[in-house]
Amino acid sequence: MRPLVTVVDYGRSNLLSVRRALEHCGADVCFGTQPGDILRARALVLPGVGAFADGMARLRSQRLVEPLLQKAGEGTPLLGICLGMQMLLDSSTEGGFTRGLGLVEGTVSPLPETAADGAPLKVPHIGWSPLRLASGTERGLLKNTRNGDEVYFVHSFQALPRRGEDCAATVEYGGHTVCAAVQRQNVTGFQFHPEKSGPAGLAMLRAFVESLG
Amino acid sequence: MSRKIRLIARLDVKDDFLVKGIQYEGLRKLGDPHDFARRYYEQGIDEILYLDTVASLYERNNLGNILERTTADVFIPITAGGGLRSAEDVGAVLKAGADKAAVNTAALRRPELITEVARAFGSQCMVLSIQAKRRDPARPAAGWEAYYDNGREHSGKDVLEWAKQAVALGAGEILLSSVDREGFQKGMDQELIAAVAGLVDVPVIAAGGAASAGDIAAAAKGGADAVAVGSILHYGKTDVPALKDEVRALGVEVRR
Repeated sequence: MRPLVTVVDYGRSNLLSVRRALEHCGADVCFGTQPGDILRARALVLPGVGAFADGMARLRSQRLVEPLLQKAGEGTPLLGICLGMQMLLDSSTEGGFTRGLGLVEGTVSPLPETAADGAPLKVPHIGWSPLRLASGTERGLLKNTRNGDEVYFVHSFQALPRRGEDCAATVEYGGHTVCAAVQRQNVTGFQFHPEKSGPAGLAMLRAFVESLG
Repeated sequence: MSRKIRLIARLDVKDDFLVKGIQYEGLRKLGDPHDFARRYYEQGIDEILYLDTVASLYERNNLGNILERTTADVFIPITAGGGLRSAEDVGAVLKAGADKAAVNTAALRRPELITEVARAFGSQCMVLSIQAKRRDPARPAAGWEAYYDNGREHSGKDVLEWAKQAVALGAGEILLSSVDREGFQKGMDQELIAAVAGLVDVPVIAAGGAASAGDIAAAAKGGADAVAVGSILHYGKTDVPALKDEVRALGVEVRR
């Protein structure tokens, strides 16, 4: 039987692309819009395209924050993508100071406007960039990923996890080291879009689906 | 380290067919766009760009069905354009599976649309498509004018001023096509590419006339962040891995 993955639908995502990529990797997919959908889920994906304050407001207005926290606390696998990863953290300054889910300690801040050498830096960071895997951390969904595998990024803000060990992979942008993936027990976040990163991204989604048994 | 560019397969669509024309005239049907997109994805292209070539005439975008099929087996970013008149139209192609929307005609008519799309979906979704034509090929200093309706109608707007204005309004990327070079496979308008890329701080996708790895490398060195290619792939003159190898050999990084 194909494991069922619930993709959280809060009106701000490339839902179809995420769904098709998960299906390609062996999952059945349903969309979760109600608290009950989340509470019944066996595995959760929190996708996201857009701004932090708007995304959190939508999660709150659909009463999905508490169910997400409860499921994450119970050990349900939860994968946040792009904005979905950023919302895993404590807070962001995008659209004014806004509280996040707080499942990974830390904050979200704008990408720097200048490169490490002082040259102007194009923001958003759009394009394919190689991952640098953190050493010594559990590989989790990155178990089939190699150092240097290239994935597709589109973002203007970056996650700053407070604990170094929560950052599972980084990417270099303009000479700065930016957190590309967070991992804390059953909670994982990717700043890039695994559903848009070709075979390298599909390998991560496949690891997620396979972990569900 | 040299900059890394994105190589984009551009697929012009009419009804349900991939078409290729010369300066947007005399369209030739080449096949199912989804088949071509999947082949390029499997070969390692970095992005897909679908443009509905007749949408502006009919005032509707017809790509929904092709986009939905494409998301089933093409897992890279997809941009859709042609006939998108409103934020609702953009929302519809994003819902059908596009990651970004390219807007030209409607933004020329009503520049505020750029801001509306950027506010609703983020500026990373809002690709401004500029069809640039030299005012006087004999006098390069005369600059370029922005065209619409597939290079048939002129707007009176100067390309460089329009590019700057559009970025200020919220465009996250510029798809810069040369009407003069489109479809000829005789090389790109490198002066145009360098002029726009040097002016704006968002990524510039250079399009129109790429006939060789040399054209792509020159566009990259002129400041393009991405290059869109059509004919050289569609007619099987080369494939994606060979083209990328050649581009790399010229000192420009592309994804492996």
